[in-house]
Amino acid sequence: MGKIFLFDNDVDTDQIIASQYLLYPTVEEMKSHAFESLRPDFAQLVKAGDYVVAGDNFGCGSSREQAPAVLRALGVRAVLAKSFARIFYRNAINIGLPAIVCADLHDAVQDGDEMELSLEKGIVRTGGRELSCTKLPPQMQKILNDGGLIAALNREVD
Amino acid sequence: MGMTMAEKIIARAAGVPETHAGEIHTVTLDRLMSNDGTTHLTIDMYNQLKHPRIHDVSRLVWIVDHNIPSDSIKTAASHKKMRDFAREHGIAFHEGDGVCHQVMMEQYVRPGELIFGADSHTCSYGALGAFGTGVGCTDYLYAMVTGTSWLMVPRTLRFNLHGKLSPDVCGRDLILTIIGKIGANGANYRAMEFGGEGLHTLSMSDRMSVCNLCVEAGAKTALMECDEVALAYLKERGREPVALFVGDPDASYEKVYDIDLASIVPVVAKPHFVDNIVPAEACRETRIDEAFLGSCSSGRIEDLRTAAEVIRGRKVSPLVRFLVVPASREIWMQAAEEGLLDVFMEAGAIVMNPNCSTCWGSCQGVIGAGETLISTGTRNFRGRAGHRDSFVYLADAATVTASAVAGEIITAEQLDAEEGGERE
Repeated sequence: MGKIFLFDNDVDTDQIIASQYLLYPTVEEMKSHAFESLRPDFAQLVKAGDYVVAGDNFGCGSSREQAPAVLRALGVRAVLAKSFARIFYRNAINIGLPAIVCADLHDAVQDGDEMELSLEKGIVRTGGRELSCTKLPPQMQKILNDGGLIAALNREVD
Repeated sequence: MGMTMAEKIIARAAGVPETHAGEIHTVTLDRLMSNDGTTHLTIDMYNQLKHPRIHDVSRLVWIVDHNIPSDSIKTAASHKKMRDFAREHGIAFHEGDGVCHQVMMEQYVRPGELIFGADSHTCSYGALGAFGTGVGCTDYLYAMVTGTSWLMVPRTLRFNLHGKLSPDVCGRDLILTIIGKIGANGANYRAMEFGGEGLHTLSMSDRMSVCNLCVEAGAKTALMECDEVALAYLKERGREPVALFVGDPDASYEKVYDIDLASIVPVVAKPHFVDNIVPAEACRETRIDEAFLGSCSSGRIEDLRTAAEVIRGRKVSPLVRFLVVPASREIWMQAAEEGLLDVFMEAGAIVMNPNCSTCWGSCQGVIGAGETLISTGTRNFRGRAGHRDSFVYLADAATVTASAVAGEIITAEQLDAEEGGERE
């Protein structure tokens, strides 16, 4: 089980990680600033295995891959939203962070609730209920199964 | 069944006779642009590959534009990594030449190409009939190593433009009006395709503004049919099209919009979302602390000419900092030659080197707590230009400049009316 950090609609990538940290040399140096404007205590409170749950259009705005990267670096197990902006969605899968469309989850839970995700079955368990999620397109599922796009690339040349 | 422009470009890049929305294809990229926002991370990943290699170095263009000149020791280190790698591998490299998309349009993009850019506003290239789309650095690296990637063919929203824009209205007002109508995710995963006889009346500057901001509606790409205006722009710069595509009349469009250009008025996107659109004249009594004229969206010579006309013989309000940032070296030099930079400096503006500047809130003109910015930039998200408790209004060059003079949001027309047209 992991804890839910709940966000609303249209969370843009500037909120996930602001511009002034993007040119820091490494993601490790950036990660303590995740969600700094929206939720300044996020980076301190989030633990490995926790979840980010949001409404529509999560990750809109810039193509900065630092956005999913800081979430993964902080141990976020998956992001579940009603819908995703396309670049964030693709970036997340490419680096091995599950981005899962789950239409009913956001409105069914509170911030701080516990939940569990079964990626294979496409099911979320929370508060004694089961909610189903949309499966990834096969192409993206394969990338995720491979451990991300770079792992897949390394395997291709073996 | 006919094809949309997006379907035709992907078919060419995939080497198949036709493609249709929803299909996934492996495509060969014509060009790969990356800037200093993420390239240092791409290089780190490259160096960790088992067999690092570049498929075709001639397709790569790297541009330092986000934080130039470097503002800190950390930025300097990231820039140095990028510069050294580009030199070592012979990658086309620009530093100080302008905002990446403007430089790409001036020097590289050709109609019919499929281009990945590690920047969301890569959709700008549609103004020359090229399929540009923003990707992250992992997708970029994969394409840089293999020359290929995979793409889902997007559904297309078609916009038929009719008539002509009024003289005080520009392409930026058109696209912001459209985004206000369809919403910040109204084109998510879609291509936005523009045609109709009204398209021919738009300048290249207007076209770039329109395509540039399509990502603010979530679009995967923006595409415009190439006409004589686009081909003249290309020819002037010594380039030829790869292929000229138009959308087929019997192509499958998800939705078709008909837009009367004469109905568009100057608009403002209020904080904190780009789809929060109101008529610019309805924003009176909004005090501002800073005004920004620049960016890949609206820092072109036409924008500078418009702004100079508004401010000539007037002064920037003593309560306002007015930053003027031409989008490229070419534009900066043209503006200097036309005497526009003198006009801005005499009026009390701060004229800067070509770069992303205030638009991305990390380089120049960062605003503090409680401050308000009016900007020709691309986004007005919370904290986009600095402190999280600051406010960004997006507007066109004329409104931004008039507001810099008045110290509050005002259109150029309102300013003329209130001052009775009198200037020094």
